[in-house]
Amino acid sequence: MKGILRVALKLLVNDRGKFAALIVGITFAMFLIVQLTSIFSGILTKASATIINIGSKVWVMDPSLQNPLNTIPMPSYVLDLVKSIDGVKYAVPLYSGVGLVKLKDGNWQPATVLGLDDATLVGRPALLEGKIDDIFGADAFIIAKDEDYPKLESPQIGTTFEINDHRSVIVGIAKAPVGGLFGIPTLYTTYNRAVQYLPNTRYTIAYILVEPKSEADIPGILEAVKKTGYLGLTRGEFEKKVSNYYIFQTGVGTNILMMTFISFLVGMSISGQTFYTFVLENLEKFGALKAIGARNSELVYMILCQASFSALTGYGLGVGLSALLIAVGKKYVPNYTAEIGFWNLGLALVMVFVVAAFSSLIAVRKVMTVQPFDIFRG
Amino acid sequence: MPEVALAATGLEKWFGEGEARTWAVRGIGFEAFLGEMLYIVGPSGSGKTTLLSMISGILKPDAGSVAVEGKDIWSSSPNDIADFRLNKVGFVFQDFHLFPKLTTMENVAIPLIFKKMDWDLSMKSAVEFLDAVGLAGKAALPPNKLSGGEQQRVAIARALVGGPDLLIFDEPTASLDGTTGKRIIDFVKNKFLNDKRCILIVTHDSRIYGYADRIIAMEDGQIVKIMSGGEIED
Ligand SMILES: Nc1ncnc2c1ncn2[C@@H]1O[C@H](COP(=O)(O)OP(=O)(O)OP(=O)(O)O)[C@@H](O)[C@H]1O
Ligand SMILES: [Mg+2]
Repeated sequence: MKGILRVALKLLVNDRGKFAALIVGITFAMFLIVQLTSIFSGILTKASATIINIGSKVWVMDPSLQNPLNTIPMPSYVLDLVKSIDGVKYAVPLYSGVGLVKLKDGNWQPATVLGLDDATLVGRPALLEGKIDDIFGADAFIIAKDEDYPKLESPQIGTTFEINDHRSVIVGIAKAPVGGLFGIPTLYTTYNRAVQYLPNTRYTIAYILVEPKSEADIPGILEAVKKTGYLGLTRGEFEKKVSNYYIFQTGVGTNILMMTFISFLVGMSISGQTFYTFVLENLEKFGALKAIGARNSELVYMILCQASFSALTGYGLGVGLSALLIAVGKKYVPNYTAEIGFWNLGLALVMVFVVAAFSSLIAVRKVMTVQPFDIFRG
Repeated sequence: MPEVALAATGLEKWFGEGEARTWAVRGIGFEAFLGEMLYIVGPSGSGKTTLLSMISGILKPDAGSVAVEGKDIWSSSPNDIADFRLNKVGFVFQDFHLFPKLTTMENVAIPLIFKKMDWDLSMKSAVEFLDAVGLAGKAALPPNKLSGGEQQRVAIARALVGGPDLLIFDEPTASLDGTTGKRIIDFVKNKFLNDKRCILIVTHDSRIYGYADRIIAMEDGQIVKIMSGGEIED
């Protein structure tokens, strides 16, 4: 079969023009699919920025919370309830709100303010500059160095500004593994100061961060939280919930997935059409091969090899091109977000094989029905 | 007594159904022998190509049998019939059907490749056969760089490379001028006809009748006459 494979590939590749058209079609489609889905994953990751950056294993929240921008505060007795659940090592509150920072030029810049539990600072970020204990100093805030950091005029340690009319001073600059989706900077302070600086409803706890005694305790803890009428989620589940919100509730997901599907259709029609023309043009030759003694199964094998070879080449080029563009984009475009992960690559691979299967299917049907007698009769 | 290469009995083929049914071949039986060059001649539409296809395992007859080595080829499975064509028959089609995107050498090697012979060995053997038809120097060229006569010789090399018992030509001289036509038939007969092989030629071309050992004359799907050696007239 190796020789047959070689003949099949030579027939395909030596037909330069058609092969090029085929590869360009598939590459283009793969590029778009990978690019769009990567951007989508990037957006989803950013949407979960708080969850990732705080890094708690278990999160307790109001069951009607939909996304991290609009938290629903819980009364403090919930914290006590959670603390008393079996298997909980510790449980602390997290404040999350948006404050208005007054810039030097008189403009206002909203910023996410995260208030860390005063006693433990659970969820504290890794610092690039400054000492974490300085967060307890007067009016102290730590700023995350993400894409939105310059929006507060790139403050340094010691820079002061007003948040909701309260004097504030930067005491540290933190690493931000993931920047937020909403294009606003992130500030950390203590829970008590956050509550003091920002306007609040009756309740102030946005989330309760829970550290279980062991991984095995997690299901029990979630179950117990549910009994209190609140919602406990693992980090993964919470990210999923946020993803689903953006996929299903905002139109971002459906639109991007629709574009992905359209690229897929375009790619499929271009390459399906080209491959079909290729086979059609070689139909007589396939008939001659049949007359010479090639079995139907061998001709099908040839077509499948040709289709898969084109598919994989186009896939490789498309993914490569996408990766290149993402690398360039990340370097030069602020707030550009795209992540190639296994799911995009997997999805694109599945799609390219659907394209290949679809193209070969129509080609195979054509080749199966060629009668060598008709070739013979000329 | 020469050995029988194939024996056809009661072959029938019709196309279409009901009113529109036309008989292409009706009730044909004959034997072809190893070592002979056998022609099938007749007016256009008399059923020559249809007959040739049925005896070479390309077109299934509606009735009758084609026995090769004592076995009816049409009672085997499609894969076995394909194998029969691959191993026992060499075809030279009227318009050659060479692959323009493969080299001449690769074109010739195709039957060996489908016999799963190693690539390098196939190419080596292909070059030998190209040499035999006088085209060794053109092995690396694509066929469309060759003249019509040369392309036909490539097709002949491809038909021969697998060592077939039955070599089949359909209208081999149709696209050649008189002298070239004669030359190629003379060449094929002298070089490739032996007592292990039967060469079957369908033709209109009375200029090459002289090379035939026997001629089967057809009309209207039936054999009207079988002539041998001396009694061939033009
Ligand atoms: N696939 C087909 N469908 C319908 N009729 C056919 C088909 N193939 C052949 N025929 C008919 O069968 C008859 C014999 O055809 P065939 O091709 O065998 O003739 P031939 O002797 O080879 O003619 P030519 O010298 O023109 O090649 C003709 O009447 C032809 O029209
Ligand atoms: Mg004919």
